[in-house]
Amino acid sequence: MSATHQPTPLAKLEQKTIQEIILKGQRIDERGPLDYRPLTITLGIVEKANGSAQVYLGKTKVLAGVKIQTGTPFEDTPNEGILTVNAEFVPLAYPTFETGPPDENSIELARVVDRGIRESKAIDLQKLCIEPGKKVFVVFVDIYILDHDGNLIDAAGMAALGALVNAKMQEFEWKNNEVRYKETKMLLPMQNYPVPITSVKIGNSVIVDPCLEEEQVMNCRLTVTTGKNNDVCAMQKGGLGTFTPEEIKQIISSAIQKSKDLREKIISKVN
Amino acid sequence: MGNKEKDKVRLLDDKGLRVDGRRLDELRPVKLEVGVLDKADGSAYIEHGRNKILAAIFGPREAHPKHIALADRAVVRCRYHMAPFSTDERKSPAPSRREQELSKVVRESLEPSIMSEYFPRSTIDIFIEVLQADAGTRCAGVTAASLALADAGIPLRELVAGCAAGKVDGKVALDLSDIEDKKGDADLPVAFMPKSNAVSLLQMDGSMTEDELKQALDMSINACRTIYEMQKEALRRKYHVEREEEEKEEVAEVKA
Amino acid sequence: MTIFAERKQLVGPGDVLAEGPYFAGENTYRDGSKIFSSRVGMAEVIGNKLVVMPFKGAYMPRLDDIVLGRVTDIGMSGWQVDICSPYPAMLPASETPMHRGRDSVRQDLRTIYGVGDLMIAQVIAFDRTRDPLLTTKGRGLGKVSSGLVARITPTKIPRMIGKKGSMITMLKKETGTDIIPGQNGVVLVTGGNPDQERTAVEAIYMIEREAHTTGLTDRVKAMILERTKGTRVGQ
Repeated sequence: MSATHQPTPLAKLEQKTIQEIILKGQRIDERGPLDYRPLTITLGIVEKANGSAQVYLGKTKVLAGVKIQTGTPFEDTPNEGILTVNAEFVPLAYPTFETGPPDENSIELARVVDRGIRESKAIDLQKLCIEPGKKVFVVFVDIYILDHDGNLIDAAGMAALGALVNAKMQEFEWKNNEVRYKETKMLLPMQNYPVPITSVKIGNSVIVDPCLEEEQVMNCRLTVTTGKNNDVCAMQKGGLGTFTPEEIKQIISSAIQKSKDLREKIISKVN
Repeated sequence: MGNKEKDKVRLLDDKGLRVDGRRLDELRPVKLEVGVLDKADGSAYIEHGRNKILAAIFGPREAHPKHIALADRAVVRCRYHMAPFSTDERKSPAPSRREQELSKVVRESLEPSIMSEYFPRSTIDIFIEVLQADAGTRCAGVTAASLALADAGIPLRELVAGCAAGKVDGKVALDLSDIEDKKGDADLPVAFMPKSNAVSLLQMDGSMTEDELKQALDMSINACRTIYEMQKEALRRKYHVEREEEEKEEVAEVKA
Repeated sequence: MTIFAERKQLVGPGDVLAEGPYFAGENTYRDGSKIFSSRVGMAEVIGNKLVVMPFKGAYMPRLDDIVLGRVTDIGMSGWQVDICSPYPAMLPASETPMHRGRDSVRQDLRTIYGVGDLMIAQVIAFDRTRDPLLTTKGRGLGKVSSGLVARITPTKIPRMIGKKGSMITMLKKETGTDIIPGQNGVVLVTGGNPDQERTAVEAIYMIEREAHTTGLTDRVKAMILERTKGTRVGQ
């Protein structure tokens, strides 16, 4: 059962400070409303994983790892590989993260990142078929939150994308009814690069990439995930507040624009 | 190897009509009934297309366990759940990750309407059971749950109405059915409060351009307005009052 | 300045009742220049105040309310009492006439009220920060040992009492029973023979079902007469 979250640890006075500064068009860390925090992406940090990426977005730290293994395809897609995304809100990342099965926030994050990758057809799943109807490659994307300072969805989405573009697998061929693995490695076949951009409403102002305190004070958030051709492939509103239709349209426009920069940053790391 | 074109299903015929004969901007039939359960504090039943969904409210009631209570407002709890027989393939009764996500998303769509500050240290529990599913269940669930909250006498700013839009065969369409959701190009569930002009639920998956998104958003918001009127009508039917003949008074209109 | 709602008009959450310098009374709220209903009920205009009389809702205790409650726990200095509200009530031992002051040992308390006992009590304190406090010091308050209990929606209690007590007076007279309504929707029926008491309970549930219809008093009276035909003793 989903329940109203416990209140923010910020005192009313601290909340007021943030709200007032936003009203002036500024932010507590001196960014502009459309500025992202300093972003550092490091690929290939876990050699045992097929692919991995570490994202530092301000003080938020997320690590994503990709493991590619074989498995049986789903009945309704016998010739397609499988994508599965999971997120762990590791207890060391924040004082109130607990051990145990994923809670609703972790599940929501994983599913939103999954939607971005899946609906944009980022991975060419057709190229992951080994034996039609019997054997395919399964791409496991595991998102590990290491330090929570806000905007976990964007950091996780970018880490997942970084891990995927960095992922390598054995080249293989299906010949004479059997699979043959070659010596050489190939990159995971990618054809799109989805980037989530999260905007947050505080009072009547909208800002992008909220830090933790901004998240704790927000009315609500809207994540818009865009692919390489400016097609939106996923959206998710969260939080107890509401948006007007006009605010939503504005957020979509600016998110599509913003995603271009971030996509460029991630792709350029591959080389 | 795989041939994705082979199984492509046509969702629009030559006249631009959909699989169930609807036009692109046509809503499926909606039926609403309020106060259908005896033991729940409030309840409502919705049939939206082939969706059949029951919503019930318990509360405000004492918070159990005590430590979950909030000092200055009610805790709103929400469970969105699908019956095992509700879908084509039997669904395991255990809550899936999808149901957990939707429980959160639905709670967050209804909470803005609830004046929960009236009931500190208590809980308001919302239960949504999907008895038969045919796409758009979270939206229909919100519509029914909002009526159930009103039926329970819980103070609300206004009702919340839900309806999805999407894209089939490259065209923006209102209120996708199950096959359109599975084989279509995009799905956009929305819940809306007309008086406040406030969108409280918004998700999207698929592929849409910015213009298509805006078109779909407008389409679903308009449908939400229509469903909102149906909700009010359902409340009127339930609480039909015969006015005391002796006490009928003129409408008081005091113009300044 | 306009009032949009007619008296006794059925309204629901979000329906606009008035615009202008009016007061937002119970179950309404102000947003900008307009006043809206927050619940399903009947709109009323009292002077320049808009209120809504709700059809259903949880019982929120008010100071001086008479309530019927059931003991659920015995503590060091009193009893926890279920008054069918989101808030469990407390009856401190010092608020009972039988209590002798100091030495409220658990055994002593159990001799006054045990778990499951029914009582008529009065609310002496309640606010947002603490649970309601009760007293049984007062005329007519105390343990209930006999009679029938009816539980109805608290919002229907006023209808059961009627304008100037017209409905409840009729009920008592026609059924030959004494009826004590708790503001929390729990009603005690005593004083008659079993048939009379059962008839009174039936009448109470009928009032709950048909609270907002016309001619209810007459129809309830007719139902009582029908049920007690041939069994009435004098009158």
